[in-house]
Amino acid sequence: MTARSRVPDVIQGPIYVVGDNIDTDQIIPAQYLSLDPTHPDERKKFGWYALSAVPEPGQGLPKGGIPFAKEGQAPGRFPILVAGKNFGCGSSREHAPLALQEAGVKAVIAEFYARIFFRNCVNGGYLIPCETQQERLCGAIATGMEGELILSNPTKPVLHVAALKTSWTLAPLGEILPILASGDLFSYARERGLIAKSTGHSTHEHGADANTEARND
Amino acid sequence: MGMTLTEKILARASGSARVEPGQTVWAKVDVLMTHDVCGPPTIGIFHEQFGKTAKVWDREKVVIIPDHYIFTHDEKARRNVDTLRTFAAEQQLPYYYDVGTERYKGVCHIALAEEGHTRPGEVLLGTDSHTCTAGAFGEFATGIGNTEAAFAMGTGKLWLKVPPTLRFVFDGTLPPYLMAKDLILSVIGKIGVDGGTYKALEFDGEGIYSLSMEERMTVVNMTIEAGGKNGVINPDDVTVAAVKAKTTKPFTALRSDPDATYLKEYRFDCRTLEPAVAKPSSPDNHADVREVAKTKVDRAYLGSCTGGKITDFLAAARIMKGQRVKVDTFVVPATTEIARGLETQRVGDQSLKEIFESAGCTIGPASCGACLGGPLDTLGRLNTPMVCISSTNRNFPGRMGDKRAQVFLASPLTVAASAVRGEITDPREFVA
Repeated sequence: MTARSRVPDVIQGPIYVVGDNIDTDQIIPAQYLSLDPTHPDERKKFGWYALSAVPEPGQGLPKGGIPFAKEGQAPGRFPILVAGKNFGCGSSREHAPLALQEAGVKAVIAEFYARIFFRNCVNGGYLIPCETQQERLCGAIATGMEGELILSNPTKPVLHVAALKTSWTLAPLGEILPILASGDLFSYARERGLIAKSTGHSTHEHGADANTEARND
Repeated sequence: MGMTLTEKILARASGSARVEPGQTVWAKVDVLMTHDVCGPPTIGIFHEQFGKTAKVWDREKVVIIPDHYIFTHDEKARRNVDTLRTFAAEQQLPYYYDVGTERYKGVCHIALAEEGHTRPGEVLLGTDSHTCTAGAFGEFATGIGNTEAAFAMGTGKLWLKVPPTLRFVFDGTLPPYLMAKDLILSVIGKIGVDGGTYKALEFDGEGIYSLSMEERMTVVNMTIEAGGKNGVINPDDVTVAAVKAKTTKPFTALRSDPDATYLKEYRFDCRTLEPAVAKPSSPDNHADVREVAKTKVDRAYLGSCTGGKITDFLAAARIMKGQRVKVDTFVVPATTEIARGLETQRVGDQSLKEIFESAGCTIGPASCGACLGGPLDTLGRLNTPMVCISSTNRNFPGRMGDKRAQVFLASPLTVAASAVRGEITDPREFVA
């Protein structure tokens, strides 16, 4: 059984906007890192605290003061996150993309990413990291505007914002597309025979596939 | 054309004669390191993907060092160390440094070097962004995520994109008031927190080779604060002697070719560089100390993988000897070996511990401490919006606790001078 594609044709919904250099401490503060995402009841809490350390003026641009999430909140309020430069810089904590995913973010659109965060998004199959082609979307879009991210042609992703009557063509997903399409690094490696399809030791075979589907649900 | 050190190591690790920047390779991992924050989720993914009874690819190459949330009452933090302990026992890992035992070390990046796990020419991956520190030993070292670590744990490999290299040459040797921290803050101030994104940073020149291994580690440690993928210093006699003192494992010291291609070269003159700070709230918010002198501080902090080594404490003690600090000052050794050094190393007739205690500092146990805030009961954590001067490596909002706190990053000399005066102070007022 092959993993389901992780790249949907369209992601739709309200956009949340932040600025430059949002580091992983702001995405998920260290005080919550004793939670272990291996446990489902702890995993969901990462979504409650996502982006909680962004200083108030930067919470939901341009106005600010719009908290991204709160304790006990159901995921999915903002499926699209728009950011400036160097999103996800700082620590290597994979809890950062995981927290955004748990909060219901399906895609981030930044000018560019810090390297480890970018790899974590892709290898862990948490969300789709899109990049702009020079345009500064975080200065143009207001938090709460409805966005439509069209990914049906991954070499030419498009973000359409009806309120601004504007569409932006984003950078091609490029070399990460095969991993995004497989679901995560493990599904990618299994599909290509880089690691065994199922493990001899495993108590639940096809663990990768089961996992990918769970994350898609 | 020749290759840079980073290219040579990735060529060796991927079994290629040569590699080019931009190329993706599957690299063999020589050491995989994890700790108590990222270890449990890594182990969770490893079990989920390879099975509950799966074995790590090579137990000699997996190093687990709990260091982040050790001295806290947070029950989950304790549970996470239990997870590591159980895994290490199941896998019979020889390099697990357990909390509450003689083997406990403290901050992983320093512990790796102390225990001989950092060796020239190798590939070291770790679930912590400051894993890049080990590049000071002439190896390729970078931070990775938990999924990647779980993959490497089962397979011994990971895909890596070969980075182009930026070269930073430091001419001249350091005057007594300047430290490695001032050099790297100058680099980050110059290229910005994203200037090294997806790039290798190679540090070179007389200024670098005149540094001790500890000081070289401080420079390379903050490669990630410039967004760098990895940082390297070509190994010399100092490197080889330091590694051989810690391990009998064989290694191959590779060096950049003279005709290697660099993306760009920057030059600095150690004789004219000034003591530096990174102002709140970004490591690239560079200023000379004298430009922010007399800024009142509420707290001073000496610690972490960047600023909690014996060299750092010796420097601070030179200033604090016979003085009293005017603000709450925390001294947190990176490792237990360094903590012992506080008692055995002396400036004049006093041990470092005596100097810091007489000055009124609070000495904490070896761990990451308040560098990254951590649980609310972490010693030295900024629980209110105060101003702190710190020898740590990161000052983005909320890094050390309260997101309204203001953190200045500086060398241990500058932190010590500022602690004594209660305001940001140029160390040249104490050190000629």
